[in-house]
Amino acid sequence: MRIGVFICECGTNIAATVMTQKVADAALALRDVYHSESIQYTCSDPGQRTVMAAVQKHNLDRVVIAACSPRMHETTFRRTVAKAGVNPFMMEMVNIREHCSWIHDDTDEATEKAIDLMAMGVAKVREEVPLFTSKVPVTSEVLVIGGGVAGIQAALDIADAGIPVTLVEREPTLGGNMARLDKTFPTLDCSSCILTPRMVEVKHNQDIRLIVNAEVEAVRGYIGNFEADIRKKATCVDEEKCTGCYICVEKCPSKAPDEFNAGVGESKAISIPLPQAVPLVASLRKEHCRRYIKGKCGVCEKVCPADAIDYEQEDRIFTDKFGAIVVATGYELFDWKTAYPNLGGGHYPDVITAMQYERMLSASGPTEGHIRRPSDGAEPRNIVFISCVGSRDESIGRPFCCNVGCMYLAKQAILTKEHIPDSQSYIFYMDMRAVGKDYEQFYRRAQRDAGAIYLRGRVGKIYPLDGKLMVMGADTLSGQQLEVAADLVVLATGFTASDGAAELAQRLNIPYDQFDFLSESHPKLRPVETTTGGIFLAGTCQGPKDIPDTVAQASAAAAKVIGLVSRDEMETSPMVAEVNHMRCIGCWKCIEVCPYKAIEKQKLRDGRQVAIIIESLCQGCGICNVACPPSVVSLRGYTDNQLISEVVEVLR
Amino acid sequence: MNGETDRADGGAVNATDADRADLKLVAFLCNWCSYAGADMAGTSRMLQPSQVRIIRLPCTGRMDPLLVLKAFQEGADGVLVSGCHPGDCHYNDGNYYARRRLELLKRMLAVRGIEPERFQYTWVSASEGARWADVVQAFTTDIESLGRLGATVAGGGGG
Repeated sequence: MRIGVFICECGTNIAATVMTQKVADAALALRDVYHSESIQYTCSDPGQRTVMAAVQKHNLDRVVIAACSPRMHETTFRRTVAKAGVNPFMMEMVNIREHCSWIHDDTDEATEKAIDLMAMGVAKVREEVPLFTSKVPVTSEVLVIGGGVAGIQAALDIADAGIPVTLVEREPTLGGNMARLDKTFPTLDCSSCILTPRMVEVKHNQDIRLIVNAEVEAVRGYIGNFEADIRKKATCVDEEKCTGCYICVEKCPSKAPDEFNAGVGESKAISIPLPQAVPLVASLRKEHCRRYIKGKCGVCEKVCPADAIDYEQEDRIFTDKFGAIVVATGYELFDWKTAYPNLGGGHYPDVITAMQYERMLSASGPTEGHIRRPSDGAEPRNIVFISCVGSRDESIGRPFCCNVGCMYLAKQAILTKEHIPDSQSYIFYMDMRAVGKDYEQFYRRAQRDAGAIYLRGRVGKIYPLDGKLMVMGADTLSGQQLEVAADLVVLATGFTASDGAAELAQRLNIPYDQFDFLSESHPKLRPVETTTGGIFLAGTCQGPKDIPDTVAQASAAAAKVIGLVSRDEMETSPMVAEVNHMRCIGCWKCIEVCPYKAIEKQKLRDGRQVAIIIESLCQGCGICNVACPPSVVSLRGYTDNQLISEVVEVLR
Repeated sequence: MNGETDRADGGAVNATDADRADLKLVAFLCNWCSYAGADMAGTSRMLQPSQVRIIRLPCTGRMDPLLVLKAFQEGADGVLVSGCHPGDCHYNDGNYYARRRLELLKRMLAVRGIEPERFQYTWVSASEGARWADVVQAFTTDIESLGRLGATVAGGGGG
């Protein structure tokens, strides 16, 4: 065993507080250390060459580098020693910068500590064994979950690289929430005009297989080699035959709530959510259908000219292999009614959500673009908008900002003025957050051009009076209480995670936060990755955001996916758990605690059942190592012996 | 904090500067949160007492309670474990395993004649450099006030 120790001066970053030569001298006194030296900048090209030359000259087989954090340069120095012929996992980094020279001012104390840390590194590296990365093949097909604008963007970007994509959407059509919007801020682009062509592109792209009315039911496997079960729900309509002629919808006698239109207007039990639906296919909701409730009907089957109705249709399960998964499951709007009894709690028909208002504004919506009070169908004059309903409100446990409310209310105020020129918009807001490109100017435009009156304060109460809704609130800028008589009140409801997001996260083994938004691996440096390799996030499933950010994130996720699945095989880290089969007692404690289902039972030739680690699934957390009663599960790179040797050395 | 407290139990009587410098403190940090938080404290040049020696783990789920006992047996005066905040574990729930294991250990230390305060665990995220510096300061001060762990305890076990 021949160990080399290199102490980095990092210019003066380390050398100003730590006497690096003294540390190097102390290293030479340690058992098995055959060479040590202090280097000015070890990570620089000449510094790395010094290390490589010393390794070769002194025939070193293990290296300790005392420098900055291993989180900074561990990969760098693994490569360096590998180039010199040392197994890259026989290099141990010791942190004498962030954890020593930068946080102490006493040179003696810092030097003493650096010597201790270096000696711990030497003790640990002595216990190291050569490790080798292994290669696993990568499946090229990609699964995208969610067909809103994020999923559409990701699927198209990935397919543009010639990679096959399966896009799974829970609803009967692509489009998600964006398809319900009338126009988008700050350009007032018509939402359908920019989105529906993308939806059609998905449909016609030969590399994309679109499965609507479907959900991902189970996911097995690991990065590069996932296997997913996709359940396609029965809709009583043969998608291959349906032409989207709408005859069944017109003739259907069963009324049903219109979810696409946020409850504005009514739909039928058999319906097509919107005229630009992709695919343009009807689907039947059994819970609202007379045939299934009362046992007799069959109108749609009789009138269908394409013979597409199939009441016997059953759910189907597809099972396929995927190399990577993009989760783009979007958001839902906060259900405000129980949380805000002071706003009427849903008892006043003329208090509506901004999404319902959006559907009224839309020319293809249920009111054909006319703004109507739900109570009497009259055109409103005074419209009060209320910000932050279910956002930034710790009293109901929702402290976060929805990121888009300020801007979409500005947009709706501008559109209101266009629809009803003699109307007056009032906007109660908490703080104006207009942080995107051109957003501030857009907000000014709502004030200047649309004449919207902004009132800074929360609304305390809404009550009806003489056919109007009296909105009582504070104007915190003038310090006065106000009352505005409104014909219509529009609530900017906040975002919640999409229904079932946490369950999906559990199926995928990816973390989520207390609000069920899915967690990225690192907020700055790994914003679209999850902590599970091969699974990526796009859009509002990760947290509230606007359309530009959603699309940017979707393209970023696509780029990551393309980089991953473009390779035929990939390297896996060897720093994973292993089991000493000779001594495994088959108690399966390790299987119980493994967060990644990376341990399985295997029958040996002598008939004994033992635990085996599936290396490509193991992420190297080491929970099993601690759980194992006879201590025969061992995490490579952090074995019991390695950690004990560090402890013993530092306390020597 | 001067740490010079007269203790009725005779654990540390008028600790001298030399005694304080001799304190041996070991900290086990998970790679993803607390180790990165300690890095951040360094990047932000937050001065800290120098007695703590950090051992890096992938996750506090790898933290074997026996390592704590081993450290005390080898002469540590204090042992600290720090990981990701509950709910934020890089490996989903490693820190929940750690919390259960270490909480149980903490209650058992007294049986070995080790003041439970000598063993602490805490949660520090990658962005909480200042919090890490505070933890190191408070932990060091706590152990200073307890003084060196009696030689009888450290040497007596053999286990």
